[in-house]
Amino acid sequence: MLQRSKYKVIREVLIEWIIRICGISAVVFVFAIFLFVFWQGKGLIFSGDFDFWKFLTTKEWYPASENNPRYGVSALIAGTVSVTVLAMIIAVPFGLGAALFISEFCSPKLKETLKIVIELLAAIPSVVWGFIGLTIMNHLIMELFGAPIGLTVLNGAIILALMSVPIIVSIGEDALQAVPDSYREAGIGLGVTRWQMVYKVLLPAAKNGLLAAVLLGVGRAIGETMAVLMATGHAVHIPFDAEFPFLHGLDSVRTLTATIAAELGETARDSSHYQVLFIIGILLFTITFAVNLTADLIVKGVKGK
Amino acid sequence: MSTIQKSTFAMYGLTVLASTLILVGCGKKTTNGDQSAGGGNSVEIQNAGSDTMVNLAQAWAEAYGAANNNVDVAVAGGGSGTGIAALINGTADIANCSRAMKSSELTKSVNTHGQDPKQYVMGLDALAVYVHKDNPLDEITIEQLGGIYGEDGAITKWSQLGVKSSDGNDEIIRISRQSNSGTYVYFKETVVPKGKEFKLGSRDLHGSKDVVELVGNTPSAIGYSGMGYATDHVKMLKVALKEGETYYAPSLQNSLDRKYPIARPLYMYTTGEPTGHIKSYIDWCLTDAGQKIVVDNGYIPAPKN
Repeated sequence: MLQRSKYKVIREVLIEWIIRICGISAVVFVFAIFLFVFWQGKGLIFSGDFDFWKFLTTKEWYPASENNPRYGVSALIAGTVSVTVLAMIIAVPFGLGAALFISEFCSPKLKETLKIVIELLAAIPSVVWGFIGLTIMNHLIMELFGAPIGLTVLNGAIILALMSVPIIVSIGEDALQAVPDSYREAGIGLGVTRWQMVYKVLLPAAKNGLLAAVLLGVGRAIGETMAVLMATGHAVHIPFDAEFPFLHGLDSVRTLTATIAAELGETARDSSHYQVLFIIGILLFTITFAVNLTADLIVKGVKGK
Repeated sequence: MSTIQKSTFAMYGLTVLASTLILVGCGKKTTNGDQSAGGGNSVEIQNAGSDTMVNLAQAWAEAYGAANNNVDVAVAGGGSGTGIAALINGTADIANCSRAMKSSELTKSVNTHGQDPKQYVMGLDALAVYVHKDNPLDEITIEQLGGIYGEDGAITKWSQLGVKSSDGNDEIIRISRQSNSGTYVYFKETVVPKGKEFKLGSRDLHGSKDVVELVGNTPSAIGYSGMGYATDHVKMLKVALKEGETYYAPSLQNSLDRKYPIARPLYMYTTGEPTGHIKSYIDWCLTDAGQKIVVDNGYIPAPKN
């Protein structure tokens, strides 16, 4: 009988423990980060003169005021929501269309090229996107739409759309690939055209995966900072109103993330301004957590079937 | 078929990873070599703060470095607040500041370093009010600026000032700065009624130069920035305190005579009485040679005392 050496046994146990630590480290990090952000902001939350409802519903954002600081983030939330919604209106058709084309309609050779190029699109740093927004898009929007200034919701949304398309494409394509070939063969066997097969068989079968792709794109758009900071004009302003078309794409806005990025560097540690920025951090964390959780649950739904 | 593709991809990925690692390894080696070769006996002075002063500080640093081989002055911008924060944290030796230290910052610095910070007046800066070069407006009062920029100000249209913007857009596009900039604080104190804040919805930009650039691109915009940043695309307005008083152009002479109403001192701060290289550097900046650089950059030399 073959006896394993003590050294090998110890080594295996050691390796097992190392990969175990790697595995659970993500969980530890997420909790540690949440606790840290919460800890930094808690002073203000529990100070008594912080009204969470007022924080969410008023638009007066004067955190640096000497005599009357006011912390209202509704305009910032509106900024984030407007840019994200418009970005998704642009990115979802493009992203899902590209995923469909890559998965179903193009030749294998083109497919590999497209996948690599789309992944390259995801590798462009966000500050470079911001530059494009600040310089090229700014002028384009002024010329094309006659807007007085090009740093707008639309500018940020186009940039964000380009940034989230790669995520939507690669996850959407995975979802389509996960549909068994027998579904496609059955459809074709019944004599339907390729396009009928796609929207009668493929899309219903892959809908949860595609929805997850879209939601992960949304998460990317909400969390993005540098590009929107540069492209949206950074103005505390609510771009929505009650009349059609409800959203004014040519208004400047400021997002939650951009506010943190622009202001955190200046604030004195543990001042109210510093803490309120961390409360915005908690808010953002909660929003993206909810979006990602929904996406995960939907993907789980796919596997459950 | 698909397994073959996958393994090709894995190979491709591994190759990329490996070559990156090799490159990183090489890079590290060279940097180390460089450091040991170049890191001789030179002293580095860290100088950070006001964006308004960043060009001036850079020019000083270069001229001083050329004359004194062993001293290297590293200049960073970021805003006056950022510079003071860096000074207090110990990451900067000298803070450039386009406003006086706030009492809260003073206390913080004294608490951290155990001595009163030392203030130097390095020169004067006249803040110019910029409009697009095609804008028919030539003069403005501080009261009108308060109406445009102030929280309760009633002026939102160019027609209220009696002019018509060259692109036909009547809305005044307000361009402002981020709240940690000394320019922001100083302009607010000068034009907005005491105890009030800026009107929300202005485009808050991150640099003195950006403001002038955006005004130059936007026919219906108004903005404020150091007069050293003027370009061919913008016009500087003459400013009077109120209706009926004389309007003064933001010129060197008018600022020295204290006639132009929006001129301010530019400061350098150290945590206490400076010594050695830092002291010699600041003293040199205040010599005739150093003050000539102030004039070259479009500012006004410090009053001699």
